[in-house]
Amino acid sequence: MNINNLEKVINSELASKITKSDILNNELLIETNVEDLISVIQFLKSSDKCKFRQLIDIAGVDYLGEEKRFQIIYLLLSHEKNLRVKVLIKVSTDEKVSSLVKIFPSANWMEREVFDMYGIKFVNHPDLRRILTDYNFKGYPLRKDFPLTGFNEVRYSEKEKKIVYEPVKLEQNYRDLDFKSPWEGTKYVKNLNKEIKKND
Amino acid sequence: MTKKIKKLNLNFGPQHPAAHGVLRLILQLDGEVVEKADPHIGLLHRGTEKLIENKTYTQALPYFDRLDYVAPMNQEHAFALATEKLLKIEVPIRAKFIRVIFCEIGRILSHILNITTQALDVGALTPSLWGFEERETLMTFYERASGSRLHANFFRTGGVHQDIPTKLIADISKFCQNFPKIINDLEDLLTENRIFKQRNVDIGTVTKQEALDHSFSGVMLRGSGVSWDLRKSQPYECYTDLDFKVPIGKNGDCYDRYLCRVEEMRESVKIINQCIEKLPKGPIKTVDGKISPPKRDDLKQSMEALIHHFKLFTEGYRVPAGSVYSAVEAPKGEFGVYLISDGTNKPYRCKIRAPGFSHLQAMDYLIKGHMLADVPAVLGSLDIVFGEVDR
Repeated sequence: MNINNLEKVINSELASKITKSDILNNELLIETNVEDLISVIQFLKSSDKCKFRQLIDIAGVDYLGEEKRFQIIYLLLSHEKNLRVKVLIKVSTDEKVSSLVKIFPSANWMEREVFDMYGIKFVNHPDLRRILTDYNFKGYPLRKDFPLTGFNEVRYSEKEKKIVYEPVKLEQNYRDLDFKSPWEGTKYVKNLNKEIKKND
Repeated sequence: MTKKIKKLNLNFGPQHPAAHGVLRLILQLDGEVVEKADPHIGLLHRGTEKLIENKTYTQALPYFDRLDYVAPMNQEHAFALATEKLLKIEVPIRAKFIRVIFCEIGRILSHILNITTQALDVGALTPSLWGFEERETLMTFYERASGSRLHANFFRTGGVHQDIPTKLIADISKFCQNFPKIINDLEDLLTENRIFKQRNVDIGTVTKQEALDHSFSGVMLRGSGVSWDLRKSQPYECYTDLDFKVPIGKNGDCYDRYLCRVEEMRESVKIINQCIEKLPKGPIKTVDGKISPPKRDDLKQSMEALIHHFKLFTEGYRVPAGSVYSAVEAPKGEFGVYLISDGTNKPYRCKIRAPGFSHLQAMDYLIKGHMLADVPAVLGSLDIVFGEVDR
């Protein structure tokens, strides 16, 4: 079974639940709705034709300015068929996503990470706490409107003999240079060495 | 008269030598038996993914050295492969072999560290003293190729930064002759050692099904008897041309995982030997001047080379829009990079899949019912490095 057959199988079995599917860079990406996520993942895991028994990772992406701002991508792996598949859902800011912990126990921390970084909430998650950021951290760092430097900095205050949090003070702002103008050179690759020899 | 036994909460770390870094593990104890473990991670969180979104592709690469800092080049490899897939460029054959040599050196580096520190955690000091001498030799190889012992920054999109000197290849080959003897010495100290076995056999057992459910990869998966190695099943680079075996465990306990790692080191030595034998001559990075910078001496004579150099080190190259997931078999398991490009010179999103993250997550279920003294043993065999768990 190869990736093209897999696409056909998924499309025929899950017809109405798949909104889009395409193969790019030899990787299959299927798009589904937030409501159908559980049934799609359940099918991919348990069906004999797929057997995607391992959840590799959950990745959140922020597309600031779009109607449905966030995307969550579930990366699945099937050992038996030696195939990978990516399942994508689009989520708006206040929408909640059902948790996969019941199907894949390892989704626990992965969903916590997405929550921590993007603020997307998961329904039926046993323990939705922040995971990577500091205790009492505010904001969602991987959102595109969160500044690279953050808001607070931490240091040990010799005066007060304790750790203190202060607003970030920078001598110079991070310089985000504008590279919008495309750099278009020659399409061909010049053999530089030859050219130099000719000139000598 | 009955006395009520109070449950005890114990903080293991963040400053504890057996926590292998900055792990805060909150243990709920009933006497000496662990009832619940709640790992608090993120104390080494540096926001790598956010930083990468704000850097060009060339600038993003060094961040990968800082993830799993005991095997830096394996991480770089995943990122280099991802960008190459998006750019659709081919890597010269010599570069492929050099990459594989250094990835396998990374695997040996990581496994030596893991085996010896695991032994240290259960009370054996000598293996770490013997093992670290070899690690030092291997890190000199890193230094001679890239200029630094740890944060190599050696791989580039389309190849490697520089060619390696002939003398270095000879020295690596010499090391490969001597190293199997060192592995034997380490095994003499540990494999049949009564204390080592008492501390590791039947501790932290993982069944096949559990290993799959908990997204285990690498040795954690193979120790439980699942034959899965990305170098074999989804070969990248030149692994198809190389002959090596994939060691598989039987019982899925800490001891089997130790045995797997020892065997993997032997296989790595074999791979390095084959690579040195087959190492062809030729370029070490793609000749596409729009991606790899020109040679130093060209800069002095060719205007075009100068322009290319300037543009590549200020703006960098642009990567066509699209998304790609590329994974490598890092020493700790499947290390993956999910890269989304929007066609500019910076990645739009770079999700890093660290094997240690899923492994540590299973800590609670692995340690339940074990004694407090088994915590370091299980933690040791999970092969946790906080650089990659916290990112």
